[in-house]
Amino acid sequence: MNIYAIRAIYKVEMARFRRSIMQSLLAPVISTSLYFIVFGSAIGSRMTDIDGVTYAAFIVPGLTMLSVLGQSVSNGSFGIYMQKFVGTIYEMLSAPISTIEILLSYVGAAATKSVIIGVVILITARCFVTFNVAHPLWMLAFLVLTSVTFSLFGFIIGVWADNFEKLQIIPLMVITPLTFLGGSFYSINMLPEFWQKLSLFNPVVYLVSGFRWSFYETSDINIGVSLGMTFVFMLICLIVISIIFKTGYKIKN
Amino acid sequence: MDNIITVKNLNKTYKTGYVALKNVNLEIKRGEIFALLGPNGAGKTTLINTICGIVKPSSGTITADGMDIVSDYRKVRAKIGLVPQELTNDMFEQVINVVSLSRGMFGKAPDTAVLEKVLKALSLWDKRNNKIMTLSGGMKRRVMIAKALSHDPVILFLDEPTAGVDVALRRDMWDMVRELRKSGVTVILTTHYIEEAQEMADRIGVIQKGEIILVEDKNTLMRKMGKKQLTLSLTTKQNTLPSDLMGNQLELSADGMQLIYTFDTKAEHTGIAELIRKLGGLGIDFKDLHTKESSLEDIFVNLVGSKA
Repeated sequence: MNIYAIRAIYKVEMARFRRSIMQSLLAPVISTSLYFIVFGSAIGSRMTDIDGVTYAAFIVPGLTMLSVLGQSVSNGSFGIYMQKFVGTIYEMLSAPISTIEILLSYVGAAATKSVIIGVVILITARCFVTFNVAHPLWMLAFLVLTSVTFSLFGFIIGVWADNFEKLQIIPLMVITPLTFLGGSFYSINMLPEFWQKLSLFNPVVYLVSGFRWSFYETSDINIGVSLGMTFVFMLICLIVISIIFKTGYKIKN
Repeated sequence: MDNIITVKNLNKTYKTGYVALKNVNLEIKRGEIFALLGPNGAGKTTLINTICGIVKPSSGTITADGMDIVSDYRKVRAKIGLVPQELTNDMFEQVINVVSLSRGMFGKAPDTAVLEKVLKALSLWDKRNNKIMTLSGGMKRRVMIAKALSHDPVILFLDEPTAGVDVALRRDMWDMVRELRKSGVTVILTTHYIEEAQEMADRIGVIQKGEIILVEDKNTLMRKMGKKQLTLSLTTKQNTLPSDLMGNQLELSADGMQLIYTFDTKAEHTGIAELIRKLGGLGIDFKDLHTKESSLEDIFVNLVGSKA
Protein backbone atom coordinates (compact mmCIF):
# COMPACT_ATOMS: atom_id res chain seq x y z
CA MET A 1 0.00 0.00 0.00
CA ASN A 2 1.41 3.38 -1.06
CA ILE A 3 0.46 5.23 2.13
CA TYR A 4 2.56 8.27 1.25
CA ALA A 5 0.68 8.74 -2.03
CA ILE A 6 -2.71 8.48 -0.33
CA ARG A 7 -1.62 10.97 2.31
CA ALA A 8 -0.12 13.41 -0.21
CA ILE A 9 -3.18 13.47 -2.50
CA TYR A 10 -5.60 13.64 0.45
CA LYS A 11 -3.66 16.57 1.88
CA VAL A 12 -3.73 18.49 -1.41
CA GLU A 13 -7.46 17.87 -1.89
CA MET A 14 -8.23 19.06 1.64
CA ALA A 15 -6.05 22.12 1.06
CA ARG A 16 -8.21 22.91 -1.98
CA PHE A 17 -11.27 22.69 0.32
CA ARG A 18 -9.70 25.14 2.77
CA ARG A 19 -8.65 27.48 -0.05
CA SER A 20 -12.19 27.74 -1.33
CA ILE A 21 -13.93 27.73 2.05
CA MET A 22 -16.50 30.32 0.95
CA GLN A 23 -17.67 28.15 -1.93
CA SER A 24 -17.09 24.82 -0.20
CA LEU A 25 -18.68 25.42 3.16
CA LEU A 26 -20.38 28.77 3.39
CA ALA A 27 -22.47 28.47 0.21
CA PRO A 28 -24.21 25.19 1.20
CA VAL A 29 -24.74 26.47 4.74
CA ILE A 30 -26.37 29.68 3.50
CA SER A 31 -28.59 27.92 0.96
CA THR A 32 -29.68 25.34 3.57
CA SER A 33 -30.40 28.12 6.06
CA LEU A 34 -32.65 29.72 3.44
CA TYR A 35 -34.51 26.42 3.04
CA PHE A 36 -35.08 26.28 6.80
CA ILE A 37 -36.30 29.87 6.90
CA VAL A 38 -38.72 29.37 3.98
CA PHE A 39 -39.88 25.77 4.43
CA GLY A 40 -39.23 25.39 8.12
CA SER A 41 -40.23 28.64 9.77
CA ALA A 42 -42.47 30.39 7.22
CA ILE A 43 -44.42 27.56 5.55
CA GLY A 44 -43.66 24.82 8.08
CA SER A 45 -45.64 26.50 10.83
CA ARG A 46 -48.78 26.04 8.73
CA MET A 47 -48.09 22.35 7.97
CA THR A 48 -49.40 19.47 10.05
CA ASP A 49 -46.97 17.09 11.79
CA ILE A 50 -45.74 14.07 9.80
CA ASP A 51 -45.46 10.79 11.71
CA GLY A 52 -45.56 12.80 14.92
CA VAL A 53 -42.69 15.07 13.90
CA THR A 54 -43.09 18.80 13.23
CA TYR A 55 -42.63 19.67 9.56
CA ALA A 56 -39.64 21.90 10.31
CA ALA A 57 -37.89 19.05 12.13
CA PHE A 58 -39.06 16.50 9.54
CA ILE A 59 -37.16 18.21 6.72
CA VAL A 60 -33.87 18.49 8.62
CA PRO A 61 -32.51 15.05 7.54
CA GLY A 62 -33.76 15.55 3.96
CA LEU A 63 -32.19 18.98 3.61
CA THR A 64 -28.94 17.73 5.06
CA MET A 65 -28.95 14.88 2.55
CA LEU A 66 -29.73 17.36 -0.25
CA SER A 67 -26.50 19.22 0.48
CA VAL A 68 -24.41 16.16 1.28
CA LEU A 69 -25.39 14.42 -1.98
CA GLY A 70 -24.71 17.49 -4.08
CA GLN A 71 -21.40 18.22 -2.39
CA SER A 72 -20.26 14.59 -2.54
CA VAL A 73 -20.88 14.39 -6.29
CA SER A 74 -19.35 17.80 -6.84
CA ASN A 75 -16.23 17.18 -4.71
CA GLY A 76 -15.82 13.61 -5.98
CA SER A 77 -15.91 14.72 -9.60
CA PHE A 78 -13.87 17.92 -9.32
CA GLY A 79 -10.64 16.42 -7.93
CA ILE A 80 -10.10 13.92 -10.74
CA TYR A 81 -11.58 16.18 -13.43
CA MET A 82 -9.13 18.96 -12.60
CA GLN A 83 -6.24 16.50 -12.97
CA LYS A 84 -7.49 15.74 -16.48
CA PHE A 85 -8.27 19.37 -17.26
CA VAL A 86 -4.87 20.80 -16.34
CA GLY A 87 -3.00 17.70 -17.55
CA THR A 88 -1.42 16.68 -14.25
CA ILE A 89 -3.09 13.28 -14.53
CA TYR A 90 0.09 12.11 -16.31
CA GLU A 91 1.76 12.04 -12.92
CA MET A 92 -0.90 9.87 -11.31
CA LEU A 93 -0.83 7.47 -14.26
CA SER A 94 2.95 7.15 -14.14
CA ALA A 95 3.15 6.87 -10.34
CA PRO A 96 3.23 3.61 -8.38
CA ILE A 97 -0.39 3.94 -7.25
CA SER A 98 -3.13 1.33 -7.46
CA THR A 99 -6.80 1.97 -8.19
CA ILE A 100 -7.76 1.44 -4.56
CA GLU A 101 -5.15 3.95 -3.42
CA ILE A 102 -6.42 6.54 -5.90
CA LEU A 103 -9.94 6.02 -4.62
CA LEU A 104 -8.92 6.16 -0.98
CA SER A 105 -7.24 9.50 -1.54
CA TYR A 106 -9.67 11.29 -3.87
CA VAL A 107 -12.92 9.76 -2.66
CA GLY A 108 -11.69 9.83 0.93
CA ALA A 109 -11.04 13.56 0.69
CA ALA A 110 -14.35 14.23 -1.09
CA ALA A 111 -16.29 12.22 1.50
CA THR A 112 -14.49 13.97 4.38
CA LYS A 113 -15.52 17.33 2.98
CA SER A 114 -19.13 16.15 2.65
CA VAL A 115 -19.25 14.84 6.21
CA ILE A 116 -17.89 18.16 7.49
CA ILE A 117 -20.51 20.02 5.44
CA GLY A 118 -23.25 17.66 6.70
CA VAL A 119 -22.30 18.19 10.33
CA VAL A 120 -22.07 21.97 9.89
CA ILE A 121 -25.51 22.00 8.24
CA LEU A 122 -26.99 20.01 11.12
CA ILE A 123 -25.50 22.50 13.59
CA THR A 124 -26.93 25.35 11.48
CA ALA A 125 -30.34 23.63 11.40
CA ARG A 126 -30.30 23.38 15.18
CA CYS A 127 -30.23 27.19 15.26
CA PHE A 128 -33.60 27.26 13.45
CA VAL A 129 -35.34 24.06 14.55
CA THR A 130 -35.48 21.94 17.69
CA PHE A 131 -34.76 18.27 16.98
CA ASN A 132 -33.08 15.30 18.60
CA VAL A 133 -31.02 12.51 17.12
CA ALA A 134 -32.31 9.18 18.38
CA HIS A 135 -29.42 7.11 17.05
CA PRO A 136 -26.33 9.30 16.67
CA LEU A 137 -24.06 6.46 15.58
CA TRP A 138 -26.49 5.33 12.89
CA MET A 139 -26.88 8.95 11.83
CA LEU A 140 -23.12 9.24 11.45
CA ALA A 141 -22.97 5.87 9.69
CA PHE A 142 -25.59 6.97 7.11
CA LEU A 143 -23.84 10.29 6.67
CA VAL A 144 -20.47 8.66 6.02
CA LEU A 145 -21.93 5.91 3.83
CA THR A 146 -23.86 8.40 1.72
CA SER A 147 -20.85 10.70 1.42
CA VAL A 148 -18.59 7.85 0.30
CA THR A 149 -21.13 6.37 -2.12
CA PHE A 150 -21.92 9.64 -3.85
CA SER A 151 -18.28 10.72 -3.86
CA LEU A 152 -17.62 7.49 -5.77
CA PHE A 153 -20.44 8.40 -8.13
CA GLY A 154 -18.90 11.86 -8.49
CA PHE A 155 -15.53 10.29 -9.27
CA ILE A 156 -17.16 8.40 -12.17
CA ILE A 157 -18.64 11.68 -13.46
CA GLY A 158 -15.24 13.35 -13.14
CA VAL A 159 -13.64 10.65 -15.27
CA TRP A 160 -16.48 10.68 -17.81
CA ALA A 161 -16.71 14.47 -18.19
CA ASP A 162 -14.50 16.09 -20.79
CA ASN A 163 -15.79 19.61 -20.27
CA PHE A 164 -17.25 21.71 -17.47
CA GLU A 165 -20.79 21.43 -18.85
CA LYS A 166 -20.71 17.64 -18.56
CA LEU A 167 -19.29 18.00 -15.07
CA GLN A 168 -22.38 19.96 -14.03
CA ILE A 169 -25.04 18.19 -16.05
CA ILE A 170 -25.46 15.06 -13.90
CA PRO A 171 -25.62 16.90 -10.55
CA LEU A 172 -28.08 19.42 -12.00
CA MET A 173 -30.20 17.19 -14.22
CA VAL A 174 -30.16 13.95 -12.22
CA ILE A 175 -29.03 14.35 -8.62
CA THR A 176 -31.06 17.46 -7.76
CA PRO A 177 -34.40 16.12 -9.16
CA LEU A 178 -33.81 12.73 -7.51
CA THR A 179 -33.12 14.42 -4.19
CA PHE A 180 -36.16 16.67 -4.37
CA LEU A 181 -38.32 13.68 -5.35
CA GLY A 182 -36.61 11.40 -2.84
CA GLY A 183 -38.67 12.42 0.18
CA SER A 184 -36.52 15.30 1.38
CA PHE A 185 -39.56 17.51 1.94
CA TYR A 186 -42.28 14.87 2.36
CA SER A 187 -42.92 11.29 3.34
CA ILE A 188 -43.38 9.12 0.27
CA ASN A 189 -46.36 7.56 2.10
CA MET A 190 -48.12 10.85 1.36
CA LEU A 191 -47.96 10.10 -2.40
CA PRO A 192 -50.55 8.17 -4.47
CA GLU A 193 -49.74 4.45 -4.68
CA PHE A 194 -48.36 4.61 -8.24
CA TRP A 195 -45.88 7.38 -7.34
CA GLN A 196 -44.96 5.56 -4.13
CA LYS A 197 -43.95 2.50 -6.18
CA LEU A 198 -42.13 4.63 -8.73
CA SER A 199 -40.23 6.35 -5.91
CA LEU A 200 -38.72 3.01 -4.91
CA PHE A 201 -36.56 3.20 -8.05
CA ASN A 202 -35.02 6.38 -6.69
CA PRO A 203 -31.91 5.50 -4.66
CA VAL A 204 -32.14 8.77 -2.73
CA VAL A 205 -35.41 7.62 -1.13
CA TYR A 206 -33.50 4.91 0.75
CA LEU A 207 -30.80 7.31 1.92
CA VAL A 208 -33.22 9.98 3.15
CA SER A 209 -35.48 7.41 4.77
CA GLY A 210 -32.62 5.70 6.58
CA PHE A 211 -31.09 8.98 7.64
CA ARG A 212 -34.44 10.25 8.93
CA TRP A 213 -34.95 7.03 10.89
CA SER A 214 -31.69 7.68 12.76
CA PHE A 215 -33.24 10.99 13.93
CA TYR A 216 -36.89 10.18 14.65
CA GLU A 217 -37.15 6.38 14.47
CA THR A 218 -39.70 6.79 11.72
CA SER A 219 -39.07 5.85 8.10
CA ASP A 220 -40.77 5.23 4.77
CA ILE A 221 -38.61 2.18 4.08
CA ASN A 222 -37.37 -0.58 6.38
CA ILE A 223 -34.00 0.48 7.80
CA GLY A 224 -32.33 -2.77 6.71
CA VAL A 225 -33.54 -2.26 3.14
CA SER A 226 -32.28 1.34 3.18
CA LEU A 227 -28.88 0.24 4.32
CA GLY A 228 -28.77 -2.64 1.83
CA MET A 229 -29.74 -0.44 -1.13
CA THR A 230 -27.07 2.11 -0.20
CA PHE A 231 -24.48 -0.65 -0.19
CA VAL A 232 -25.77 -1.92 -3.55
CA PHE A 233 -25.36 1.54 -5.07
CA MET A 234 -21.87 1.79 -3.60
CA LEU A 235 -20.99 -1.61 -5.04
CA ILE A 236 -22.22 -0.58 -8.49
CA CYS A 237 -20.03 2.54 -8.34
CA LEU A 238 -17.01 0.48 -7.29
CA ILE A 239 -17.55 -1.99 -10.15
CA VAL A 240 -17.84 0.85 -12.68
CA ILE A 241 -14.65 2.46 -11.35
CA SER A 242 -12.72 -0.80 -11.48
CA ILE A 243 -13.81 -1.19 -15.14
CA ILE A 244 -12.70 2.41 -15.83
CA PHE A 245 -9.21 1.73 -14.48
CA LYS A 246 -8.95 -1.67 -16.13
CA THR A 247 -9.87 -0.34 -19.56
CA GLY A 248 -8.34 3.11 -19.10
CA TYR A 249 -11.66 4.66 -20.20
CA LYS A 250 -11.21 8.42 -20.72
CA ILE A 251 -7.99 8.52 -18.70
CA LYS A 252 -5.52 6.35 -20.57
CA ASN A 253 -4.90 6.01 -24.30
CA MET B 1 27.29 -1.31 -19.27
CA ASP B 2 24.12 -3.36 -18.76
CA ASN B 3 20.75 -2.33 -20.12
CA ILE B 4 18.48 -0.43 -17.79
CA ILE B 5 15.58 -0.36 -20.25
CA THR B 6 14.75 -3.01 -22.81
CA VAL B 7 11.90 -2.55 -25.26
CA LYS B 8 10.95 -5.59 -27.32
CA ASN B 9 8.60 -5.73 -30.31
CA LEU B 10 6.57 -2.79 -29.04
CA ASN B 11 3.53 -1.77 -31.05
CA LYS B 12 0.94 0.87 -30.37
CA THR B 13 -2.15 1.46 -32.48
CA TYR B 14 -4.63 4.00 -31.17
CA LYS B 15 -8.39 3.40 -31.29
CA THR B 16 -8.59 5.73 -34.27
CA GLY B 17 -6.41 3.25 -36.18
CA TYR B 18 -3.36 5.51 -36.08
CA VAL B 19 -0.21 3.43 -35.80
CA ALA B 20 2.09 5.31 -33.41
CA LEU B 21 4.74 2.64 -32.82
CA LYS B 22 5.79 -0.16 -35.16
CA ASN B 23 7.73 -3.08 -33.77
CA VAL B 24 10.06 -0.93 -31.70
CA ASN B 25 13.13 -2.62 -30.25
CA LEU B 26 15.39 -0.49 -28.11
CA GLU B 27 17.95 -0.89 -25.38
CA ILE B 28 19.03 1.94 -23.10
CA LYS B 29 22.28 1.44 -21.23
CA ARG B 30 22.58 2.13 -17.53
CA GLY B 31 24.04 5.54 -16.77
CA GLU B 32 24.00 6.92 -20.31
CA ILE B 33 22.39 9.99 -21.80
CA PHE B 34 20.29 8.79 -24.70
CA ALA B 35 18.77 11.28 -27.12
CA LEU B 36 15.70 10.22 -29.05
CA LEU B 37 15.30 12.32 -32.16
CA GLY B 38 12.53 12.42 -34.67
CA PRO B 39 10.22 14.81 -36.51
CA ASN B 40 6.87 15.87 -35.03
CA GLY B 41 4.47 12.94 -34.75
CA ALA B 42 7.25 10.38 -35.13
CA GLY B 43 6.27 8.57 -31.92
CA LYS B 44 8.82 9.93 -29.42
CA THR B 45 6.29 10.92 -26.78
CA THR B 46 4.19 7.80 -27.31
CA LEU B 47 7.27 5.65 -26.73
CA ILE B 48 8.18 7.53 -23.55
CA ASN B 49 4.61 7.51 -22.27
CA THR B 50 4.33 3.79 -22.91
CA ILE B 51 7.48 3.07 -20.92
CA CYS B 52 6.17 5.29 -18.09
CA GLY B 53 2.77 3.56 -18.02
CA ILE B 54 0.69 6.46 -19.32
CA VAL B 55 -0.10 4.79 -22.66
CA LYS B 56 -1.16 1.16 -22.92
CA PRO B 57 0.88 -0.77 -25.49
CA SER B 58 -0.97 -2.81 -28.13
CA SER B 59 1.71 -5.51 -27.94
CA GLY B 60 5.30 -6.03 -26.89
CA THR B 61 7.20 -5.99 -23.63
CA ILE B 62 9.17 -3.39 -21.71
CA THR B 63 11.49 -4.02 -18.80
CA ALA B 64 13.13 -1.36 -16.65
CA ASP B 65 15.94 -2.20 -14.27
CA GLY B 66 15.21 -5.87 -14.94
CA MET B 67 11.52 -5.68 -14.06
CA ASP B 68 8.43 -5.84 -16.24
CA ILE B 69 6.67 -2.47 -16.34
CA VAL B 70 3.22 -4.08 -16.03
CA SER B 71 3.61 -6.87 -13.48
CA ASP B 72 6.17 -4.97 -11.36
CA TYR B 73 4.68 -1.54 -11.97
CA ARG B 74 5.14 -0.31 -8.40
CA LYS B 75 8.86 -1.00 -8.22
CA VAL B 76 9.49 0.14 -11.79
CA ARG B 77 7.57 3.41 -11.57
CA ALA B 78 9.24 4.35 -8.27
CA LYS B 79 12.53 4.38 -10.18
CA ILE B 80 11.34 6.57 -13.06
CA GLY B 81 10.95 10.33 -13.27
CA LEU B 82 9.20 12.02 -16.17
CA VAL B 83 9.29 15.61 -17.35
CA PRO B 84 6.53 15.89 -19.95
CA GLN B 85 6.47 18.34 -22.85
CA GLU B 86 3.55 20.40 -21.59
CA LEU B 87 3.77 22.67 -18.56
CA THR B 88 1.06 20.97 -16.56
CA ASN B 89 0.59 22.10 -12.98
CA ASP B 90 -2.04 23.18 -10.52
CA MET B 91 -1.64 26.90 -11.10
CA PHE B 92 -3.12 27.83 -7.72
CA GLU B 93 -0.75 25.68 -5.68
CA GLN B 94 2.57 26.70 -4.17
CA VAL B 95 5.80 25.35 -5.64
CA ILE B 96 6.74 23.45 -2.48
CA ASN B 97 3.32 21.77 -2.33
CA VAL B 98 3.32 20.45 -5.90
CA VAL B 99 6.85 19.09 -5.52
CA SER B 100 5.96 17.55 -2.18
CA LEU B 101 2.86 15.96 -3.76
CA SER B 102 5.01 14.40 -6.48
CA ARG B 103 7.37 12.90 -3.91
CA GLY B 104 4.46 11.43 -2.01
CA MET B 105 2.80 10.05 -5.12
CA PHE B 106 5.94 8.11 -5.93
CA GLY B 107 5.89 6.48 -2.50
CA LYS B 108 8.52 8.51 -0.68
CA ALA B 109 8.08 9.84 2.84
CA PRO B 110 8.00 13.63 3.21
CA ASP B 111 11.56 14.91 3.49
CA THR B 112 12.14 18.64 3.68
CA ALA B 113 15.89 18.24 3.23
CA VAL B 114 15.47 16.43 -0.11
CA LEU B 115 12.97 18.98 -1.37
CA GLU B 116 15.29 21.81 -0.32
CA LYS B 117 18.19 20.19 -2.16
CA VAL B 118 16.16 19.70 -5.36
CA LEU B 119 14.66 23.17 -5.28
CA LYS B 120 18.01 24.80 -4.57
CA ALA B 121 19.65 22.88 -7.42
CA LEU B 122 17.03 24.31 -9.75
CA SER B 123 17.16 27.83 -8.27
CA LEU B 124 13.59 27.46 -7.05
CA TRP B 125 14.16 27.59 -3.29
CA ASP B 126 13.44 31.32 -3.08
CA LYS B 127 10.21 30.77 -4.99
CA ARG B 128 9.04 27.79 -2.94
CA ASN B 129 6.07 29.63 -1.46
CA ASN B 130 5.05 31.26 -4.74
CA LYS B 131 1.96 30.07 -6.54
CA ILE B 132 2.77 28.36 -9.84
CA MET B 133 0.70 30.91 -11.74
CA THR B 134 3.09 33.70 -10.69
CA LEU B 135 6.16 32.01 -12.19
CA SER B 136 7.70 32.64 -15.61
CA GLY B 137 7.64 29.95 -18.29
CA GLY B 138 11.24 28.99 -17.55
CA MET B 139 10.54 28.70 -13.84
CA LYS B 140 7.47 26.57 -14.51
CA ARG B 141 9.69 24.28 -16.57
CA ARG B 142 12.07 24.02 -13.62
CA VAL B 143 9.15 23.08 -11.38
CA MET B 144 8.35 20.22 -13.78
CA ILE B 145 11.92 18.99 -13.44
CA ALA B 146 11.84 19.39 -9.65
CA LYS B 147 8.69 17.26 -9.53
CA ALA B 148 10.35 14.54 -11.58
CA LEU B 149 13.46 14.56 -9.37
CA SER B 150 11.63 14.77 -6.05
CA HIS B 151 11.63 10.99 -5.52
CA ASP B 152 15.27 10.39 -6.52
CA PRO B 153 14.63 8.47 -9.75
CA VAL B 154 17.37 6.35 -11.35
CA ILE B 155 15.83 6.78 -14.81
CA LEU B 156 14.81 10.23 -15.98
CA PHE B 157 12.77 10.96 -19.10
CA LEU B 158 12.99 14.50 -20.40
CA ASP B 159 10.46 15.09 -23.15
CA GLU B 160 11.66 18.24 -24.88
CA PRO B 161 12.86 19.78 -21.62
CA THR B 162 14.22 22.98 -23.10
CA ALA B 163 11.34 23.82 -25.42
CA GLY B 164 10.62 27.52 -25.04
CA VAL B 165 13.35 28.30 -22.52
CA ASP B 166 16.07 30.89 -22.95
CA VAL B 167 19.70 30.09 -23.73
CA ALA B 168 20.95 30.63 -20.17
CA LEU B 169 18.37 28.28 -18.69
CA ARG B 170 19.06 25.72 -21.40
CA ARG B 171 22.75 25.75 -20.48
CA ASP B 172 21.82 25.37 -16.80
CA MET B 173 19.69 22.39 -17.65
CA TRP B 174 22.44 20.78 -19.66
CA ASP B 175 24.74 21.15 -16.66
CA MET B 176 22.10 19.69 -14.41
CA VAL B 177 21.63 16.68 -16.70
CA ARG B 178 25.38 16.07 -16.73
CA GLU B 179 25.43 16.22 -12.93
CA LEU B 180 22.58 13.72 -12.80
CA ARG B 181 24.47 11.38 -15.09
CA LYS B 182 27.51 11.67 -12.83
CA SER B 183 25.34 10.59 -9.90
CA GLY B 184 24.31 7.47 -11.84
CA VAL B 185 20.97 8.56 -13.29
CA THR B 186 20.15 7.33 -16.79
CA VAL B 187 18.72 10.14 -18.87
CA ILE B 188 16.54 9.71 -21.94
CA LEU B 189 15.69 12.94 -23.68
CA THR B 190 13.78 13.95 -26.74
CA THR B 191 14.52 17.27 -28.28
CA HIS B 192 13.99 19.41 -31.34
CA TYR B 193 17.27 21.19 -30.67
CA ILE B 194 19.69 18.82 -32.34
CA GLU B 195 22.59 20.79 -30.88
CA GLU B 196 21.27 19.73 -27.49
CA ALA B 197 21.65 16.07 -28.40
CA GLN B 198 25.03 16.77 -29.98
CA GLU B 199 26.15 18.55 -26.82
CA MET B 200 24.96 16.02 -24.28
CA ALA B 201 24.07 12.60 -25.63
CA ASP B 202 26.23 9.49 -25.49
CA ARG B 203 24.01 7.70 -27.96
CA ILE B 204 21.44 8.81 -30.49
CA GLY B 205 18.23 7.08 -31.54
CA VAL B 206 16.19 8.27 -34.48
CA ILE B 207 12.51 7.44 -34.73
CA GLN B 208 10.37 8.11 -37.76
CA LYS B 209 6.77 7.15 -38.44
CA GLY B 210 6.80 4.97 -35.33
CA GLU B 211 9.90 3.02 -36.31
CA ILE B 212 13.37 3.22 -34.85
CA ILE B 213 15.51 3.79 -37.93
CA LEU B 214 18.85 4.20 -36.22
CA VAL B 215 20.54 3.75 -32.87
CA GLU B 216 24.19 4.67 -32.74
CA ASP B 217 26.92 5.99 -30.51
CA LYS B 218 27.00 9.74 -31.14
CA ASN B 219 30.69 9.96 -32.00
CA THR B 220 30.50 6.91 -34.27
CA LEU B 221 27.48 8.39 -35.98
CA MET B 222 29.24 11.70 -36.55
CA ARG B 223 32.24 9.88 -37.96
CA LYS B 224 30.24 7.51 -40.13
CA MET B 225 27.73 9.92 -41.52
CA GLY B 226 29.45 13.25 -41.07
CA LYS B 227 30.90 15.14 -44.02
CA LYS B 228 33.33 17.99 -44.30
CA GLN B 229 33.11 20.82 -46.77
CA LEU B 230 35.82 23.09 -48.13
CA THR B 231 34.59 26.47 -49.36
CA LEU B 232 36.82 28.51 -51.65
CA SER B 233 35.97 32.20 -52.14
CA LEU B 234 36.93 33.06 -55.72
CA THR B 235 38.52 36.27 -56.94
CA THR B 236 36.51 36.26 -60.16
CA LYS B 237 33.00 35.10 -60.85
CA GLN B 238 32.59 31.74 -62.60
CA ASN B 239 29.52 31.11 -64.77
CA THR B 240 29.95 27.34 -64.99
CA LEU B 241 32.10 24.68 -63.45
CA PRO B 242 34.95 23.51 -65.67
CA SER B 243 34.13 20.02 -66.96
CA ASP B 244 35.56 16.95 -65.16
CA LEU B 245 36.72 19.05 -62.21
CA MET B 246 36.47 16.68 -59.21
CA GLY B 247 33.17 15.15 -60.40
CA ASN B 248 30.01 15.64 -58.35
CA GLN B 249 31.96 16.45 -55.19
CA LEU B 250 32.34 20.05 -56.35
CA GLU B 251 29.56 22.62 -56.58
CA LEU B 252 29.46 26.23 -57.69
CA SER B 253 27.46 28.62 -55.52
CA ALA B 254 24.48 30.44 -57.05
CA ASP B 255 26.38 33.74 -57.25
CA GLY B 256 29.35 32.04 -58.94
CA MET B 257 31.76 33.37 -56.33
CA GLN B 258 32.29 30.21 -54.26
CA LEU B 259 33.34 26.66 -54.92
CA ILE B 260 32.11 24.11 -52.39
CA TYR B 261 33.98 20.85 -52.23
CA THR B 262 32.56 17.99 -50.13
CA PHE B 263 35.03 15.36 -49.00
CA ASP B 264 35.31 12.37 -46.73
CA THR B 265 37.65 12.98 -43.80
CA LYS B 266 38.23 9.25 -43.34
CA ALA B 267 39.33 8.68 -46.95
CA GLU B 268 43.01 8.09 -47.65
CA HIS B 269 43.02 10.90 -50.23
CA THR B 270 40.65 13.77 -49.60
CA GLY B 271 41.35 15.25 -53.03
CA ILE B 272 42.02 18.75 -51.66
CA ALA B 273 45.58 18.94 -52.96
CA GLU B 274 44.45 17.73 -56.38
CA LEU B 275 41.64 20.29 -56.48
CA ILE B 276 43.96 23.18 -55.66
CA ARG B 277 46.46 21.98 -58.25
CA LYS B 278 43.76 21.76 -60.93
CA LEU B 279 42.36 25.19 -60.08
CA GLY B 280 45.85 26.64 -60.41
CA GLY B 281 46.24 24.95 -63.79
CA LEU B 282 42.93 26.42 -64.95
CA GLY B 283 43.89 29.89 -63.73
CA ILE B 284 41.08 30.06 -61.17
CA ASP B 285 42.31 32.03 -58.17
CA PHE B 286 40.78 32.15 -54.72
CA LYS B 287 41.21 34.72 -52.00
CA ASP B 288 40.00 32.78 -48.95
CA LEU B 289 39.11 29.27 -47.86
CA HIS B 290 37.46 27.62 -44.89
CA THR B 291 36.23 24.16 -43.90
CA LYS B 292 33.05 23.14 -42.09
CA GLU B 293 32.15 19.81 -40.54
CA SER B 294 28.54 18.66 -40.81
CA SER B 295 26.61 18.81 -37.56
CA LEU B 296 24.31 16.22 -36.06
CA GLU B 297 21.51 18.35 -37.41
CA ASP B 298 22.78 17.90 -40.97
CA ILE B 299 23.06 14.18 -40.37
CA PHE B 300 19.55 14.06 -38.89
CA VAL B 301 18.02 16.02 -41.76
CA ASN B 302 19.74 13.78 -44.32
CA LEU B 303 18.73 10.65 -42.47
CA VAL B 304 15.08 11.59 -41.99
CA GLY B 305 14.88 13.08 -45.47
CA SER B 306 16.23 9.95 -47.15
CA LYS B 307 13.79 7.67 -45.27
CA ALA B 308 10.72 9.86 -45.81
